[in-house]
Amino acid sequence: MSELRQAPGEVGDDAGGGAPDARGRHPLAAPAEVRVAGGRWRDDLRAVQVVWRRELIRFGRNRLRIVTSLVQPVLFLFVLGTGLSSLVAKGVPAGSGVSFRTFMFPGVVAMTVLFTSIFSAVSIVWDREFGFLREMLVAPVRRGALVAGKCAGGATVATLQALIMLVLCGLVGVPYSPVLLLTLAGEMLLAAVAVTALGTALASRMAQVESFQVVMQFVVLPLFFLSGALFPLRALPAWLSVLTRLDPLAYIVDPMRRAVFAHVHTTPAVTRVFGATMTWGSYHLPIWLELLLTAAFALLMLVLAVANFSKSD
Amino acid sequence: MSDTSPHAPAATASSPAGEHAATISVRDLTRRFGEFEAVRGVTFDVAAGETFGFLGPNGAGKSTTISMLCTLLTPTSGRASVAGYDVATERAEVRKRIGLVFQDTTLDDYLTAEENLRFHAELYGVPRHQAQQRLQAVLEMVGLWERRTSLVKTFSGGMKRRLEIARGLLHSPRVLFLDEPTVGLDPQTRSHIWSYINELRRREAITMFLTTHYMDEAEHCDRIAIIDEGRIVVVDTPEALKASVGRDRVQLHTADNDEAAARLRDRFGLEPTMSEGGITVYVAGGEAFIPRLFAELGVSISSVNIARPTLDDVFMNYTGRTIRDAEASASDRMAAMPWFRAQRRR
Repeated sequence: MSELRQAPGEVGDDAGGGAPDARGRHPLAAPAEVRVAGGRWRDDLRAVQVVWRRELIRFGRNRLRIVTSLVQPVLFLFVLGTGLSSLVAKGVPAGSGVSFRTFMFPGVVAMTVLFTSIFSAVSIVWDREFGFLREMLVAPVRRGALVAGKCAGGATVATLQALIMLVLCGLVGVPYSPVLLLTLAGEMLLAAVAVTALGTALASRMAQVESFQVVMQFVVLPLFFLSGALFPLRALPAWLSVLTRLDPLAYIVDPMRRAVFAHVHTTPAVTRVFGATMTWGSYHLPIWLELLLTAAFALLMLVLAVANFSKSD
Repeated sequence: MSDTSPHAPAATASSPAGEHAATISVRDLTRRFGEFEAVRGVTFDVAAGETFGFLGPNGAGKSTTISMLCTLLTPTSGRASVAGYDVATERAEVRKRIGLVFQDTTLDDYLTAEENLRFHAELYGVPRHQAQQRLQAVLEMVGLWERRTSLVKTFSGGMKRRLEIARGLLHSPRVLFLDEPTVGLDPQTRSHIWSYINELRRREAITMFLTTHYMDEAEHCDRIAIIDEGRIVVVDTPEALKASVGRDRVQLHTADNDEAAARLRDRFGLEPTMSEGGITVYVAGGEAFIPRLFAELGVSISSVNIARPTLDDVFMNYTGRTIRDAEASASDRMAAMPWFRAQRRR
């Protein structure tokens, strides 16, 4: 360690009168080298943690964003959901205890995860615009650690935001069952990680804030509309059926909906219409496979995010 | 940390005998952006504890050089080492040992001053038990300790710059890089920033590398490299640079001007002229001349005034144009390279 310390007496001849001897007299001069040569992994872990914490601090400080983020899902659920209920009432026998809103509920929760995650991830572009990204990029930590922290932070924030939505369960006929809530929370977290990683991978390539609009129109909205959040993915025209099966979000909306329908009392007829499960042709995907696919997608996006982020200057 | 010995023998032992180990060592460093050669082979050394300034117009290659030294840009050719590590191959080692203050703010406006510093301490692996003490020390130094719980977005431009300087020092770097540390600040705030930087030089035996296009600020450096169109034109102390341009004008009033003039002619070999009730002489290195004057003149002196050549004169002398003209032509040069400008914005 001593070689890292510059003995003040060593100050160069060229320094002239500019750098007077500071032989440990001042409090600032004392810890000449405060850095511990700790393991690289430990340094990276600290970086992950602090980037994650920053996301949470910023989320907690922006109360307005928390509230405004609830407006859209609530509009979808109670305005669109109620409005469409009359159209789809034929499919739902009276007294079955299930409304179209019950069907939409997991989709709207997934939507909350989707939008919050993307928004968190895209904050990288704002960080770049306002310079803070540079503070992170010049630090002596691996880019992967920064990406991991960013994704963990974005995913945590999105999950917290979506957890607020779960409060509305009772209003749409979904019971407050601890098992259901825990299942949904876990699936939300998985979805949040996947989408945040996707957003980070995209944001690492974006130089301007304006590109956010492009991502919204070409990535986020298609992901949302094809995910089965708003309509059942059965009996669709072939082209649409194929597109929905290509939407990674569909494989997390479906398990969430299956969890909800496992906990509401309804008739088999209703479950057949609304609780229909994801199929590939005639093959019904088990929940574990859907979750596995989502996890694989998340991992792929993480790798892509790290790769893209490492390239950005 | 564990090393409490003030002698630090290893530092001396590791440097080659008889040679001063440079903290920053640069050899033929070049950086090209497509066709545009921003830095065209610069070579210089900065000694430990020295404050070294890059003076030149905007677009001369100052920021590009600093970016390479900070490992943010890969050199096209040439070598550079900072704190003993190569900037191209040992980036992480270099990064641990340098502090950076950029032209543009890199603070998080939505965090408090303290949170910004904590973020930095964690990223740079400052041991937690030392972080608090260190954080207080640097915040007190820049006079922001009282404002530590305020959100940065409530800070003025000068306060933000001070906070960035504090943050750059938090992990006790060997070298502090300051890229145009006072650009965009009003004159009063600029002089405040400089008083902090000078205080810092007094307190910490730290090497500083800074860039500026303000002539008056370059005066604060121990040595200056004048850079123009990607090349170093000359490197020397501000005094030597100015001395190389011309002599200082010394005006003095004495009890007996005639006698003083005669002695100046005889003993100092100067050519005094009488004006406005005083004597004027031109000397090289007026600073050193004054003590001699007092010691050897033998006539009581009531006042002395030295007017020195400015660094503007120096720049003019070495580049054949004023720094204003140089800035105008540099921006033309860059305007022809839209891609390069876009890169710089990022």
